[in-house]
Amino acid sequence: MKAIEIEGVRHQFGEKEVLKGITLSAEKGEIIGLLGPSGAGKTTLIKIITGQLIPSSGNVRLEGHDMGGASGEVYHEIGMMMDDFGVYERLTCYDNLKLYADIYRVHTGRIREVLEWVGLYEDRKCPAQKLSKGMKGRLMLARAVLHRPRLLFLDEPTSGLDPATTRRIHDLIRQMQQDGTTVFLTTHNMTEAEKLCKHIALLHEGSIVEYGEPKEICRRYNHQNKLRLLLDDGTSVRLPNTRESAEQIKEYLQNERIETMHSTEPDLESVFMELTGRSLQDS
Amino acid sequence: MKNATIIYRKQIKDAGKNIALLIQFVMFPLMAVIMDNAIQVADLPEHFFVGMFAVMHIGMAPLNVTAAIIAEEKEKNTLRVLLFGGVRPFEYLIGTGGYVFSSCMIGAVIFALLGGYRGREFVLFLLIMAAGILVSMFLGAVIGICSKSQIIAASVMTPVMMIFAFLPMIAMFNETIAKVADFAYSQQIQILINGLSSRTTPEPKSLIVLGLSALIAAGMFVGAYRKSALN
Repeated sequence: MKAIEIEGVRHQFGEKEVLKGITLSAEKGEIIGLLGPSGAGKTTLIKIITGQLIPSSGNVRLEGHDMGGASGEVYHEIGMMMDDFGVYERLTCYDNLKLYADIYRVHTGRIREVLEWVGLYEDRKCPAQKLSKGMKGRLMLARAVLHRPRLLFLDEPTSGLDPATTRRIHDLIRQMQQDGTTVFLTTHNMTEAEKLCKHIALLHEGSIVEYGEPKEICRRYNHQNKLRLLLDDGTSVRLPNTRESAEQIKEYLQNERIETMHSTEPDLESVFMELTGRSLQDS
Repeated sequence: MKNATIIYRKQIKDAGKNIALLIQFVMFPLMAVIMDNAIQVADLPEHFFVGMFAVMHIGMAPLNVTAAIIAEEKEKNTLRVLLFGGVRPFEYLIGTGGYVFSSCMIGAVIFALLGGYRGREFVLFLLIMAAGILVSMFLGAVIGICSKSQIIAASVMTPVMMIFAFLPMIAMFNETIAKVADFAYSQQIQILINGLSSRTTPEPKSLIVLGLSALIAAGMFVGAYRKSALN
């Protein structure tokens, strides 16, 4: 049984079809990323997967549960960090989590654990309205993982955050995955997707245009297949990535002339651009 | 029902830090205390201001606070998070309603003590207040459930609140308005409270209007709840 199974999901808002038959799955304990620019349909899909929206057609199963008839029980297995999910601004960090600890019937000792885990224990008595955007993001992540969910859904978890907070959240996501949680995240940040995800799906105008491991996808689109060398005199040299170049590279190495050497496979941004003619950063 | 208790406790903590809401609960009881002690007019019935402000309290506080709490939770999507956490809509409404009702009833007790009601009259006064508070809470919940944001809720609840809170007072000065006001539950609450002070038997009309208002408000609430289920 797969952790997440999505079959032929379509969705329309009025006349506009925003999802055009999405089929996707994730193994237990993996991080899967949905990568696409704004308006590609990422948030709509994550809302359908988590039962916040009913699709026009298609099926979603989480840990074998059909989300068409999702009950409260299923939601105890799921953690969600959505951009538009608010916190209680007047309540302290501790009280925000205490509320959910009571609802999930989680021991109050767990609150301290997750507050320390996201680095907010020192700020536990601070009202949420006084937290910075990054701290609020960490509080939302703490709330999402408080009940040790088996599935974690993150919608643009680091959008608009500073690099230090982003790094911290990435570490926390990796820790969750190492503890066996399946993580589904949406992002328009290719670096984030490359760093975190075992598999990614590139979403464009409601369709998945590519799927696989990030490096494998990049290799698949390595049409040039060249090596780019920067020599000690500043000269840039491009050689075919074939056995014929071996002698030339050997000579450079023997003469200690190579400063840097890279293969020329494209990054995800370039792949997306090649497939859709759009940038991932397009809004 | 454990979740309803959790929501009740959460509302005490959260709304306890919301000055705008707290003012709603204390405003009219406080005004009644001040006016009842400060203004002595010969022809004015005893504890005149208690009855007047008690009706305003009923028409304003439960309606405003219920609508504001639900609309805020919907706007900020905190309600959605609660529902995804396994809290059922009716548990949320019972917890929130319980908080509003008990807070408003504290005001009702102040009015009762200030009005000098004792024994059976004290209990009857609280029952009349409770009935009015429940009707207002149902109306407030309907507004909160049907509003997507606090601004929309405020723009709808202000005229509704003005009508029910102030109609009984205006009716004292205008017979035509008094005839219309007879169909408002707040006006009948005013009549019942006045009857309690003068120890007259309540007219069936008051009880019928109050009962019908409760039924209509509860029906609107069930309709709104079924249509949206707080979504």
